[in-house]
Amino acid sequence: MRLGLLLSWPTVSLLVLVTIPFILLLRISIAPHDQSGMWSPGVTLRAYGTLAEPELLGALLDSVELALAVAALSLGLGFPLTYLITRMRRRIQVVWLIFLLTTLSLSDVLIAFSWQVMLSKRIGLSKIFVALGLMDEAASLTPSSGAVIACLVYLVLPFTVLTLFPVLSRLNNDLIEAARTLGASPVRAFVTVVVPLTKRPAVIAFVMAMVLTVGAYVPPLVLGRPQHWPMAVLIGSAALAGHDLPRASAMSIFLLAATLLLALLTARVARGRVRP
Amino acid sequence: MTKAIGKFLFLTVLAVFMAAPLVIVAGVSFNGTPRMNFPPQNVSLAWYAAFFSDPAWMSAFSLSVIVASLASLAAVSIAFPIAYATWKYRSRMALLLESIARISFLLPSIVLSIVFLVFWSWLGHVGRIEDTILSHAVVFVTLPLTTIGLGFRSVDLALVEAARTMGAREGDVLRTIVRPIVLPYVVSGLVFVFILSLNEYIIAYMVAGFEVETLPIKVFNNLRMGFQPTMCVGAVLFMLLGVFAFSAVALIGDLPKLLGGGRI
Amino acid sequence: MKFGLEIQGVSKVYGNQTVVKDVSLTVPRGQFVCFLGPSGCGKTTLMRMIAGLETPSAGRILMNEKDITKTPVHSRNFAMVFQALALFPFLSVEDNIAYSLKLRNIGPADRRARVRELLELIKLPDIGPRSIDQLSGGQRQRVAIARALAQEPMLFLLDEPLSALDAKLRDHMQVELRQLQQKLQVTTILVTHDQREAMTIADTIVVMADGVVQQIGPPTEIYRKPANRFVAAFIGQSNLLDAVVVDRRHVRLGNSVTETGAMPAHLRDGDAVTISVRPENVRIVRNGEDTANALYGRVGFVRDVGDHIELRIDYQGRELICIAAPAEWAGIAVDEQVAVHLPIDACTILAN
Repeated sequence: MRLGLLLSWPTVSLLVLVTIPFILLLRISIAPHDQSGMWSPGVTLRAYGTLAEPELLGALLDSVELALAVAALSLGLGFPLTYLITRMRRRIQVVWLIFLLTTLSLSDVLIAFSWQVMLSKRIGLSKIFVALGLMDEAASLTPSSGAVIACLVYLVLPFTVLTLFPVLSRLNNDLIEAARTLGASPVRAFVTVVVPLTKRPAVIAFVMAMVLTVGAYVPPLVLGRPQHWPMAVLIGSAALAGHDLPRASAMSIFLLAATLLLALLTARVARGRVRP
Repeated sequence: MTKAIGKFLFLTVLAVFMAAPLVIVAGVSFNGTPRMNFPPQNVSLAWYAAFFSDPAWMSAFSLSVIVASLASLAAVSIAFPIAYATWKYRSRMALLLESIARISFLLPSIVLSIVFLVFWSWLGHVGRIEDTILSHAVVFVTLPLTTIGLGFRSVDLALVEAARTMGAREGDVLRTIVRPIVLPYVVSGLVFVFILSLNEYIIAYMVAGFEVETLPIKVFNNLRMGFQPTMCVGAVLFMLLGVFAFSAVALIGDLPKLLGGGRI
Repeated sequence: MKFGLEIQGVSKVYGNQTVVKDVSLTVPRGQFVCFLGPSGCGKTTLMRMIAGLETPSAGRILMNEKDITKTPVHSRNFAMVFQALALFPFLSVEDNIAYSLKLRNIGPADRRARVRELLELIKLPDIGPRSIDQLSGGQRQRVAIARALAQEPMLFLLDEPLSALDAKLRDHMQVELRQLQQKLQVTTILVTHDQREAMTIADTIVVMADGVVQQIGPPTEIYRKPANRFVAAFIGQSNLLDAVVVDRRHVRLGNSVTETGAMPAHLRDGDAVTISVRPENVRIVRNGEDTANALYGRVGFVRDVGDHIELRIDYQGRELICIAAPAEWAGIAVDEQVAVHLPIDACTILAN
């Protein structure tokens, strides 16, 4: 009885604010479009029909490519970074964690804006590239896919570190040392001991990086070329510029399904490998 | 030796990568001219003065703070009973609610923004500040769920039993043993939601962006009209708020433990 | 010495703290050596340097006359059993044991045969397919030992592997470990803080304190002839009595002059020394029976534990512990006056 009372507010709020909205999303995706930007009663598969347009499939491909690139880079950098952070002295560790939490929470608008400033013609980075002989003259480095990827890695990296942090900070040094005394070189010890112990969280970090990338709206819009805008940008413009909520809903469900598929594939690929 | 150098180089490069955009934006905010220069020229605080005297920026800033404060309170009000029921009663209902609450954090944010846009449109309620607050509360509820859950789990049952043998009733135990241990975790949960809500853009924009112009939304709107140094001031302000808030969390609690770290 | 491990002047410094100070010792092939000392004495660090998990700040380590100070861990072929055992939780028992064999590219058939042989050796022939968390504490212990022995190591290192077991099982494993080592004739070093454990299984004990070797010798010698006050106090119970040298054959203990055994040559008359006597060597005599070389005291405390009686005797403000036979002394009570006799050959004179 007391339990019921205790959980009444969470139950009502989650029911109203999570369950109902998702059911609505499914419902609206099959509703006819209304000129007012809303929808009208009835059932139609029109919105799903528009998903087969080549422009949309191209955007989906862009989303997937971006997701894989950003996730791979984030894990490749984030894994060693997290490992090193967990082996630091506590005070330095806390400074790194505060720094990463701050960048993690910083609005993607502000981060995209910062990258735009940094990659602009007037500010340093292109000038540094000129000085290194990588570029002939100072120029704006946006819009470009490189800028989008750099900005998204920046956004995702703190999440990767924080996902890997628990397992790596608990990683038992004894096990690595035991492998070494049993004759494993440092690389073999990593492959045969660290990888199996951290595979699950690494897969989770990879999937999380993909989800964050797929859902990112501002960075590709601000830093990317319009012909390579991913699904997220198109969903946003369907809702905001096109005032077509059924279409935006259908696209969201489509993107959700694609992301889920990608996550399952990742888990599948990871399961197949790694044995001493 | 080479190993140590390699380690140092790797950490330095990553630290520079993570710090560079922030440093440059902060530098630009100190320019004396409205141009984008780095390092800043004619260093001045002119744009800070401009930011704080511009009612449009100030209202965006205070709106952001109001939304973030109420969203964090709402998120904790949902998370606390669930975490408590899980700890105290091992309630299945609480576990179910917990998994529902965690779903939304795991979805692409653009999808969430459409979900909430559809929901508030359906209610005929688009464009109100409550939309932003409640949407943020449920999206970020997973954070206080995690921290408060961790807090309850760190209450040593032996302490509770010791208090009971000394004559403490259930209420006394909660007040004298559980509250002091769990409180820092509740505060951390509040801080996490506050900072993330403060910075969230796409959901806030979709559900009420035209009427409730929070700071990220205002920066984004200005971004489309071209560069303005006051935008840098806004970014610096939010960076400082983040550093300050997470340093506070590190001071009142054990940050590595809060983030799930073991050992040390 | 031709074969075995040789440590030459090895030190380890962390920051401004010297954990191991200029240690030199040899471990002949086939011997079982215990590093014994209180926690923080540097014994584990010394073992980790031998294993190659730490690099010495100074000194050399040689195996069979070959300098291995800079040889990486995995090329040493020394097996180590860790305090927390460090069994791989994601591998089954047989995969744990076969781990080092796989690294050495030994074929599956030979691997299986070797694993079976090792499981027989540890008397657990049927647990191969099990996962680590299905094992009891004692079983894990044995699996960790089998895993280390699979590679036929040149040197077998054990870092307090028995400390987590309950007393009875620990006793049992000590005997088993010793039998195993004698059967395989593998050179073995065991780190422990438990002097009973060291006495049970070692050929040679290396007593360490504050990073410095205090004494090296067979268990009986360490026990009967401690080299200094620390060793006398750390190994078993000991009466440590302040005394003054009177002449080559006598010391003054409080008000009495007592005859003692061999006086170290460097001591002069009038030097302050410590007399170390084991409680079981202190003889008590009822007043009046035998008064030669005796100290007179009062019984302060009696503990009759059945197979022996422990007495604490108050002698001029000092406390002397002695062990008495129940057959003769059952019924002895507090406040009785007794004479205490310190046999000449049981007293060790230690310079202060």
